[in-house]
Amino acid sequence: MSDNQINKQAIPANWKPRIAAFFCNWCTYTASDLAGVSRLKYPATIRVIRIMCSGRLDPQFVTDAFAEGADAVLIGGCHPGDCHYANGNYKCLRRVHLLKKVLKQMGLEEERLRLEWISASEGKRLAEVVSEMSEAILKLGPCKVKQVVEHYEK
Amino acid sequence: MANESKPKIKMAVYWGAACGGCCVSVLDVHESLFAVIDAADLVFWPIALDTKYADVEAMEDASIDLCLFNGAVRNSENEHMAHVLRKKSKILVAYGSCAHMGGIPGLANFSDRESLMRRVYDESESTENPDKIRPQHHYEVKEGTLEIPVFYNDVMSLGQITDVDYYIPGCPPQTERLVEVFMAIVTGQPLPPKGSVIGVSGLAQCDECTRKKSDQRSVKQIFRPWEIEDDGETCFMDQGVICMGPATIGGCGVRCVKGNAPCRGCYGPMPEVRDMGAKLISTIGTMIDLEKEEEIEKVIEQIEDPAGTFYRFSLPAAKIRRKLS
Repeated sequence: MSDNQINKQAIPANWKPRIAAFFCNWCTYTASDLAGVSRLKYPATIRVIRIMCSGRLDPQFVTDAFAEGADAVLIGGCHPGDCHYANGNYKCLRRVHLLKKVLKQMGLEEERLRLEWISASEGKRLAEVVSEMSEAILKLGPCKVKQVVEHYEK
Repeated sequence: MANESKPKIKMAVYWGAACGGCCVSVLDVHESLFAVIDAADLVFWPIALDTKYADVEAMEDASIDLCLFNGAVRNSENEHMAHVLRKKSKILVAYGSCAHMGGIPGLANFSDRESLMRRVYDESESTENPDKIRPQHHYEVKEGTLEIPVFYNDVMSLGQITDVDYYIPGCPPQTERLVEVFMAIVTGQPLPPKGSVIGVSGLAQCDECTRKKSDQRSVKQIFRPWEIEDDGETCFMDQGVICMGPATIGGCGVRCVKGNAPCRGCYGPMPEVRDMGAKLISTIGTMIDLEKEEEIEKVIEQIEDPAGTFYRFSLPAAKIRRKLS
C-alpha cells in the first residue's frame, strides 16, 4: 500500500477537520458574531480564539496548535489600513508569509494555514471562508504533526 | 592547592552525536584544568581517557558525582550510554546545544533515515557501491558477530531520552560558565532547581550586545552577511542581516557579534519561550517595513532556508520537531 492509502485507512469515518481560528477582536471576531446572529450556516469545524489584534498572533500559537492536534489554523484580521492599532495586521501578514515558508519546509500542506481579512460587517464572508477551508482540509485529511511529534521513531 | 584530605568528586564527560567541540571546550579551561583535577577525578572521558563502556557499566549506581553529557541522541549507542550514565550519575548535565536541544545534528530531522542512507551509500558523487551495500546492525564473521549501533530516524535531545538535572547550553558552552558551575558543585553551594538551564545570564543577547540599535527598525531588504559592508557598530538586524540575538538567551558574552558575525542562536531561547524558531519569525515579521503583499513576498523570498536558520540548534526541541514525511 502506498503511504496515501495507509493514511486514508487510518482516518475514522466520522472524522471532521478541527481548525484553530484566531480572530481579531475588532473585525473578524465581530464578524463571527454577526454570522451567528444572522443565522448563517457554516461547518462546526472552527474553535475560535479571540485575540485583540491579528498582530498579537505569536507564531508559537500556530506551532502549538499543530502540535496539539489542529488540522489547520485560520487567522482573521482587519482589512489593510483598518487595523484598530494602526499596523498590527501588517505585522501579522509578514509573519504569516514567513511562517508559511517554514511550515512548507516542515512538510505541511500550504492550505493548512490561512490568513483572511474579514471586517466586522462581513459575517457572510466569514461563513464562506470557513466552509471553503473545511472543504479543503476535509480533502487533505488529518494533519500528521501531533502523531509525528508524539512518537519518536528509532 | 586543594586540601589533600578533601575527597575528590568523580566526574565523567561523554559525547553522544557530537562534533567533539564540547569536549574541547572542557579542555579550554586551560590552567584551571589543574584546579579541576585537584578537585575532581575524571573517571570517564572518551576523548582523553581509555575507560571502556564495560568499566562504566560496572561502576556502582550514583557513584559519579557530575556527568557532562554532550551531543544529541542519534543512535542506539548514544541512547544506551545516556541511560547508563543517568543511572551512574548523581548530577547529569546536558552539556552544549546538541544535548540541550538537538543542536546541529538535529537538523537531520529535516530528512529521514532512508534518504540519508540513500544519499551516503548510493548517490553521493564519491560513492561507488554497485552492490548497494548498507551498514548492517548485525554481521556474522568467522570470529563471531559484529554489531554496530542502530541509526535512528529521529534525532533527540538528551532530555527527550532520559531525566536531566541541568542544561548548560552553547555551541560549545563558554568555558568560564563551566568553571563557575563546576566550582559551585565542588564547593557545595546551593544548586538551582532541577531542570534549570544554567550558565546563562537570563537576559537576551540584544541586552548584552553593544552594537547601536534603532528604536524603529525599517528593513526593506534581507541580506546574507557577506552581502553587506558591516560597519562593526550597527545592529545586524538594522542592516537587514538575520541575527538570532532577539530570541536567544545571553551567557556566551555575545561572542559571535563581537567577532562581527550575527548570532546563530546556540544558547537557546529565553525561559518562557516554547518554540524558538517561532519567536524569530515573530521578530523578523516586525522588523520588515513593508505593507504590500507582493513586496513582502519578495523580501521573504530572500531569506534562504528560514526553518534551518531559525531552528539551527533547536529543531528536535521545536513544537514541530521534524519534517513530516
